[in-house]
Amino acid sequence: MNKINSETLIKVDNVGLFKNDKWLVKGVSLEVKRGEIVTLIGPNGSGKTTTAKIALGIHKNIEGKVLTFTDKVGYVPQKISVDWTLPIRVVDFMLLTQNLSDEEIINALKLTGVEHLKNNNLSNLSGGEFQRVLIARAIAKNPDLLVLDEPVQGVDFKGEISLYELIKEISDKVNCGILLISHDLHVVMSSTDYVVCLNGHVCCSGTPQSVANNNKYQELFGDRASTILSVYEHKHDHTHSADGTIKRKQ
Amino acid sequence: MFDDFFIRALIAGIGIALVTGPLGCFIIWRRLSFFGDTLSHSALLGVTIAFFFELNIAFSVFLISSAIALILLKLQKTTKLPGDALLGLLAHSSLAVGLVVIGFLTTIRFDIMGLLFGDILAVNEIDLLIIWIGGALILLILKYIWKPLFASTVNHELAEAEGMNPDKVNAIFTVLLAAIIAISIKIVGLLLITGMLIMPAAMARNISNNPTQMVKLSIIGGLLSVIIGLFSSLEINTPSGPSIITAALVLFCLTLIKIKNYSELKK
Repeated sequence: MNKINSETLIKVDNVGLFKNDKWLVKGVSLEVKRGEIVTLIGPNGSGKTTTAKIALGIHKNIEGKVLTFTDKVGYVPQKISVDWTLPIRVVDFMLLTQNLSDEEIINALKLTGVEHLKNNNLSNLSGGEFQRVLIARAIAKNPDLLVLDEPVQGVDFKGEISLYELIKEISDKVNCGILLISHDLHVVMSSTDYVVCLNGHVCCSGTPQSVANNNKYQELFGDRASTILSVYEHKHDHTHSADGTIKRKQ
Repeated sequence: MFDDFFIRALIAGIGIALVTGPLGCFIIWRRLSFFGDTLSHSALLGVTIAFFFELNIAFSVFLISSAIALILLKLQKTTKLPGDALLGLLAHSSLAVGLVVIGFLTTIRFDIMGLLFGDILAVNEIDLLIIWIGGALILLILKYIWKPLFASTVNHELAEAEGMNPDKVNAIFTVLLAAIIAISIKIVGLLLITGMLIMPAAMARNISNNPTQMVKLSIIGGLLSVIIGLFSSLEINTPSGPSIITAALVLFCLTLIKIKNYSELKK
């Protein structure tokens, strides 16, 4: 099991992208292994999406190297707009880059809770529904590598939690590697394995704990961000009595 | 049977409609109608070169239009001019050069009206062969690149990320467009080819809810337009291209009525 888990799926080595007279990102290195969730965090314009697109081979003319060890990739882009001129149903969209049986389509849509929308037109979906369809499409064929660019934007609060649970579940069950971009520091800190904090370059990286304690991270996100981790850590420093009141360990 | 000029025109038109149906859908989906215009303008240059060197018209138009299309793809990557400006630049320069070359060809009788608007009298057996063999090739290649082409039409980056090679299939698609323009120039005429590509597809969009259905309806619409258009061209002695496009317009208007009824039903 350990041997499978340590298999590297993608390795981004010191990459940079120079466009319109400036560096969008520079000197970024990261690695996604099987069974691992790697998260990119950083403020707006820090190059998270750019880094993901470099890893996926969407940006050509880059500096540095990207080594990919799988071609089974599922991608949830940050933004997709489908024009009215193109009539396309959810089921057509599921088959966009892959061949799936009816059963596989239904199963994937069930996982994200949108199987009732199978024959709806894409342009009639709400933002959250569309997002669920995007995730369903990306996971339908059990990819080796999932790249999720803010996958739960526009999804209601309850759905957000269950979708993140689903993502975690997929990474365990399918044993794929996940490269996740998320603004939700709670989720990042509680359920991912490795965090890369970007600000045009890699500002710091490591386990959630080590990043949260890093000064550079605290400078970038402010003091409140570093308390997020403690939300999860303090689970261990108290217990609940039967009526729900908190008993602190002294 | 092929002796009758009208039967020949009909068979030619049907062959063309089978190909313009699916290609036209992609033109609409990818917002390429102005690109189709540019290619057909450049076709005039192809025609004059054919006369100059005594080449087959379809062959020469195909060469020039593909060259213009590939130059465009190259220019889009190397200059910062917006796409529509580049299209205008290429369309009008190739049109102008084509007209200048015509000026040198004073000794050759030149049916400019037939060239611009199509002429059913002009279709001979060789044209039929070119249309049906060329058309079958275009459809075969289109079927082969369908999935990656459709994926990159919906979202280029998604197609790229999931290994569908969108740049390659886009270039192939561009060459297919040049090919359909080359084989349909005699019957539809170069001013109206884009209409033949767009109008049946636009009509089909009004009454379909998925891509496959839209392609099928677009083919049916194109066939009807060709048949109705050519018969009326024969009856009232109008040029074939405009008659076909007018028939397509009538069909388009009919589908608009259908949409209206449908949305009232939904309320």
